[in-house]
Amino acid sequence: MPPPPEVKAGSGKRSSRPRSRRLRAFGAPISAASFIGIAAAVFAGIAVAWSVVTALGWVGPLFLPSPTRVILRLNELAATGKLADDTAVSIYRITVGFLISTLFALPIGVLIGCYRSWEGAIEPLVDFIRYMPVVAFIPLTILWAGTGDAQKFLIIWIGTFFQQVLLVMDNVKGVPRDFVNLGRTLEMSEAKILFRIVLPSAMPAIWDSMRISLGWAWTWLVVAELVAATSGIGYRITTAQRFFQTDTIFAYLLLLGVLGLATDQAMKLAHRRLFRYLRVR
Amino acid sequence: MAPPKLVIRDLGKTYRTDRGEVVALAGVDLDVGENEFVALVGTSGCGKSTLLSIVAGLDSMDQGAVTIDDEPIMAPGLDRGVVFQSYTLLPWLTAEGNVAFALAAAGCKPSEVRAIAREQLALVGLDGFERAYPNELSGGMKQRVAIARALSYRPRMLLMDEPFGALDALTRHHMQELLTRIWERHRLTVLFITHDVEEAVYLSDRVAVMSNRPGRIKTVVPIDLARPRRYELVSTPEFQRLHRAVLDSIREESIQVAQLGRALER
Repeated sequence: MPPPPEVKAGSGKRSSRPRSRRLRAFGAPISAASFIGIAAAVFAGIAVAWSVVTALGWVGPLFLPSPTRVILRLNELAATGKLADDTAVSIYRITVGFLISTLFALPIGVLIGCYRSWEGAIEPLVDFIRYMPVVAFIPLTILWAGTGDAQKFLIIWIGTFFQQVLLVMDNVKGVPRDFVNLGRTLEMSEAKILFRIVLPSAMPAIWDSMRISLGWAWTWLVVAELVAATSGIGYRITTAQRFFQTDTIFAYLLLLGVLGLATDQAMKLAHRRLFRYLRVR
Repeated sequence: MAPPKLVIRDLGKTYRTDRGEVVALAGVDLDVGENEFVALVGTSGCGKSTLLSIVAGLDSMDQGAVTIDDEPIMAPGLDRGVVFQSYTLLPWLTAEGNVAFALAAAGCKPSEVRAIAREQLALVGLDGFERAYPNELSGGMKQRVAIARALSYRPRMLLMDEPFGALDALTRHHMQELLTRIWERHRLTVLFITHDVEEAVYLSDRVAVMSNRPGRIKTVVPIDLARPRRYELVSTPEFQRLHRAVLDSIREESIQVAQLGRALER
């Protein structure tokens, strides 16, 4: 059956409208090239503004070093190998910390999303802990786990797990009731309904929850490294501050931004690949 | 006469809400014969979907009995194929995959699944769309796959809960014609829920009208229109007469409800 004709008539009408109107319409689609172009222009604009402000001497280099200064600094750090070492250490910590957190959050989130009694047992407790500031746990975690990698994992876990559990619970609850009913009318066992219907159905949303919580995990990692560490990106930022090396601080901040952007885009790309069926039209 | 396929006797259902008890169904009696097409019509909220849910085994009952071939209904089962009002195609499976999913759950031999799935899709006019994902299909096509899926494992009866309710008028007409054609060719026991009187009269052998609060069967109108039925039928005087009869019965009901409402306000 061809798509209803009114869809075509509508889109035809739209393309005859002036361009400015089209840009203002809510949710109007744009091409991938325009999207990337706009994003790049915003980055370029900020870089230009930054250059102008520092070149005209409106802000002293101690407070805001010029972009070229920061890039040069990045190059130096890269040349000595420090940059790569710190990045590797931080990536290792976030990978392990985030995986542990996710491995706990997935089954527990699914469990409390499926069974109200488990929700009663766990959800209020999670809410209770979730509102305790993660930074307040840093002294405790050092006491318990020292200042090594284990303490970083612990902080990432505290900061991420309690949020993830609730996100996963909501994702599972978002599975349409009639999907489960379909499984029931097919006489599928509860386990089969869970693994063949509920989980595949919730997966795209769960993936997005993981993508969002990965961003938070980065924050908690850097916070943990700022306070007590002997390596890693956060540690470098603290030592740079001690010696008033603002350019180094900026270099590492830029690096964090790039890492964040890259992981987020990678997660989005994986989402498009894994759940291609949601995009076909 | 053969005993009826589906027998509903003195069925009652009460919901407990924050504002007290709501009697959704009380004393519902209804029979559906072997290979009979019965439509259940009523205003929204009269409990017709609840009734279907109970027959499907998805909802519990408080009172009465429901039997299929003299066996009481205890739980959902493969003997009853259900087509839901919402689109329930699993989005990660193709049209064929969705039918195959049900066949596999029903214990169909893996070597036969594919052939049967394709055959069922052809039955609803979807040959050529086997590899399409639900997102690529229109609402009408999705419901056609859902019908193919419910028929694929040969249930003893088909339960349909306003399956065309979300479709536009033109697609709805197509779907009604398609369903009539399939039913006339393959004969199956069907309980069909709708609030569209024309749809009910066009499709069924009998139309049961449900009353509101508590829901019970008010009248059953036999639809003695000849088959095969084509859509031109709706403009004939006989059709109009039956349409009128069903509609009047529902209207009486809603007037009573309105009067009751006014009486309570005073």
